[in-house]
Amino acid sequence: MLLVKVEDLRISFGARQVVNGISLNIDLGQRVGVVGESGSGKSLTALSIIGLLPDAATQTGTVSISVHNSSQYVQVSSANVPDSAINLRGEHIGMVFQEPMTSLNPLMRIGDQIREAIVLHIRAADVDERVAMLIAEVELPASVEKRFPHELSGGQRQRIGLAIALAAEPELLIADEPTSALDMITQRQVIDLIRSVCNKRQMALLFISHDLGAVAALCEKIYVLEKGNLVEEGKAADLLAAPQQLYTKKLIAAAKPIRRREIGRQVGKPLLKVEGISRKFKLPSRLFAPKQYVQALGDISFEIGEAECVGLVGPSGCGKTTLSRIIAGLQISQTGSLDFDGHKYGRTFDSMPKEARRELAMVFQDPFGSFDPRLDMAKSMFEPLNLLPSLNAKEQLERVHQAVERVGLDTDMLGRHPHAFSGGQRQRLAIARALVLRPKLVVLDEPVSALDVSIRGEVLQLLSELRENYGIAYLFVSHDLDVVHAVADRVLVMDKGHIVEQGHVDEVFNNPQAQITKQLLAARLSM
Amino acid sequence: MAIENSTSLLRRAMAHPSFRVGVIGSAAFLALALVSLVWTPYPTDIVDIPNRFASFSVTHWLGTDYLGRDQFSLLMTGIANSLKVALLAMAIGAMIGVPLGLIAASSKGWLEAVILRFNDFIFAFPALISAIIITTLFGPSAINAMVAIGIFNIPVFARVARGGALSLWTLEYVDAAKLSGLSNAQINVRHIFPNVASLLIVQATIQLSLGVLAEAGLSYIGLGTQPPETSLGLMLKEAQSFFFGFPMQAVIPGLAIVLFVISFNLLGDGLRDTLDPKLSKAGSINVAG
Repeated sequence: MLLVKVEDLRISFGARQVVNGISLNIDLGQRVGVVGESGSGKSLTALSIIGLLPDAATQTGTVSISVHNSSQYVQVSSANVPDSAINLRGEHIGMVFQEPMTSLNPLMRIGDQIREAIVLHIRAADVDERVAMLIAEVELPASVEKRFPHELSGGQRQRIGLAIALAAEPELLIADEPTSALDMITQRQVIDLIRSVCNKRQMALLFISHDLGAVAALCEKIYVLEKGNLVEEGKAADLLAAPQQLYTKKLIAAAKPIRRREIGRQVGKPLLKVEGISRKFKLPSRLFAPKQYVQALGDISFEIGEAECVGLVGPSGCGKTTLSRIIAGLQISQTGSLDFDGHKYGRTFDSMPKEARRELAMVFQDPFGSFDPRLDMAKSMFEPLNLLPSLNAKEQLERVHQAVERVGLDTDMLGRHPHAFSGGQRQRLAIARALVLRPKLVVLDEPVSALDVSIRGEVLQLLSELRENYGIAYLFVSHDLDVVHAVADRVLVMDKGHIVEQGHVDEVFNNPQAQITKQLLAARLSM
Repeated sequence: MAIENSTSLLRRAMAHPSFRVGVIGSAAFLALALVSLVWTPYPTDIVDIPNRFASFSVTHWLGTDYLGRDQFSLLMTGIANSLKVALLAMAIGAMIGVPLGLIAASSKGWLEAVILRFNDFIFAFPALISAIIITTLFGPSAINAMVAIGIFNIPVFARVARGGALSLWTLEYVDAAKLSGLSNAQINVRHIFPNVASLLIVQATIQLSLGVLAEAGLSYIGLGTQPPETSLGLMLKEAQSFFFGFPMQAVIPGLAIVLFVISFNLLGDGLRDTLDPKLSKAGSINVAG
């Protein structure tokens, strides 16, 4: 039976139409996924179903929901709920939001927040019992009832968000990117939980995500959106096995990065030697109490050869960002030493000689934060040339133009400010900025995780071409095992500040030894 | 946000009602002050005792004071003097405070601690007390009042600059600049200062209105502008002896101070709402997804 019927939905902000005639159906108890990149209109479509569109938006088309009211189904349009007795939000449609850090009230105990949702929608006497049942249903210990949101991890908070959404026993659950803010292992757990809850309750699900893997793992039917248009729809298995549209094919290809093996370049002699690096951070403690430390990095040693791509993977908080920043000279190590191409550094700030700085570049995760919004691109691109004062103006210009051309962009664009570029272009420019100095080693800190999947493939392709053509070595830091598998020769697995496993990427992935590697591999959302 | 061109920024700012009122009010006061530098309806240093305490008329729009001077002309020069003191006090505060704040944010360790404690030290003295100390040491004058208010402005600017800068230092483009071998000072000038400028401009308008208020207070107790010069606070002080006989003598400069402060505060509020990306984002939903 049809639960939600959206027909020819159009949403616009002023003259700008952002959703252009989308139709979708959700059957009772069916799990439906909506996939699209940023700007595809997927969140707005969901908000129009629950009637939460921003005031500035104008909506045309019909959205009707079959509501189970006094033992019969009533058709209701979400735009104007006629009967005030029918409380669409919460009672018939539950919603889980993207950001677990901000979707709970920080001043209320968890139990009270769930209780609030129950009291609002169900006039039940056994409220406490229901709270306990909901907490058990989302697989959390009963003790969380008395806790505050800040005492829980992101994954636990997202489970609480789910418990609140389930409180009034809705017929439809809308989940808007519920796992994007979580790490791989937690993401898998939350997705498994949502699936089992939906199955048990016979509840329909509208799952919105940019991540095709997550949608494929959870949904029976998939809608693919692009720039406000419905590109393709179909049963999950059919759509993934035989996509009809080019855009869908592109998305699927990007979600399964293919391993590119370069034969042209041989790994040369060791370029970077990391020996016994460690780093402790002091925890805030009470006055006169013995000082407590957290070991962010403990005795890390490894080498990177010339033209080698070494992957560094691990769960969030394992110390991989600290390690990459120490290697780039942005933080200091408390023991051990770094040897890059004969230059020793790492123990004090500014100990990294300029000669080493020139040869070692870094690309950051967030393409939006990588450029000063007040400077035009040319100024940002010229900045690294500060390390090569011997070049004259013409040579400098040549360097910048070369670097920009190497990443496949037009040098005419350099007069623009960062906001005029898309995320993918910015990440290309960030790579170009790293290339201006013609480095031997580039530290890539999650270089593709903030990018839409379709752009991800292009950037990975670019990175491997650059390595092939110019013999640049990479330290590729990522939480995404598929990406690392696609680009790296060797992989280091970190957990709690230690390297727990390392070796050739195929050996490690096919025959994992360490517990954390097994967990990470098991959490992969394969399609 | 901050990168869009200035005409569209201005258009968006003018759509903000409190900014519009603030701009019109502030511009009016500024115009009065500037005109008074070259022309006033009557000279303000010529006494006309027979004509004293005249009420509103076509010749003397706002009447005359206890010495027969034209109130409107006095008000114009008074605004100019008050504004001069407040402007220079703000400049003193910004010139010293902003670099201190930026340096504190960029250097960890003892330098930061010294600057912050210095800030707390100045903050511990109310503006009035430091003004009394300075005027006791150097004698009462407009210049000394200006310096006293300026010193009080230093920690305010330092805190705003440091607060804004601290969040910028965690951004990736600052890391990229460090990787490019730029020194902390270069990063401050190139990346940090331009990005905290909007915060500082907002703070400057607010300090300007506070400066006018502080100057009025100091002149009122006789520590600021000295006769025969005039300022809004001084006019208020001179009017108080005749308050019951001629209340308008006090109401006019008092009203001017109130309107002046309101105008600049509205201007500052409007600027903050327009320039601060955080506020506008929090108020709207992200429609991109």
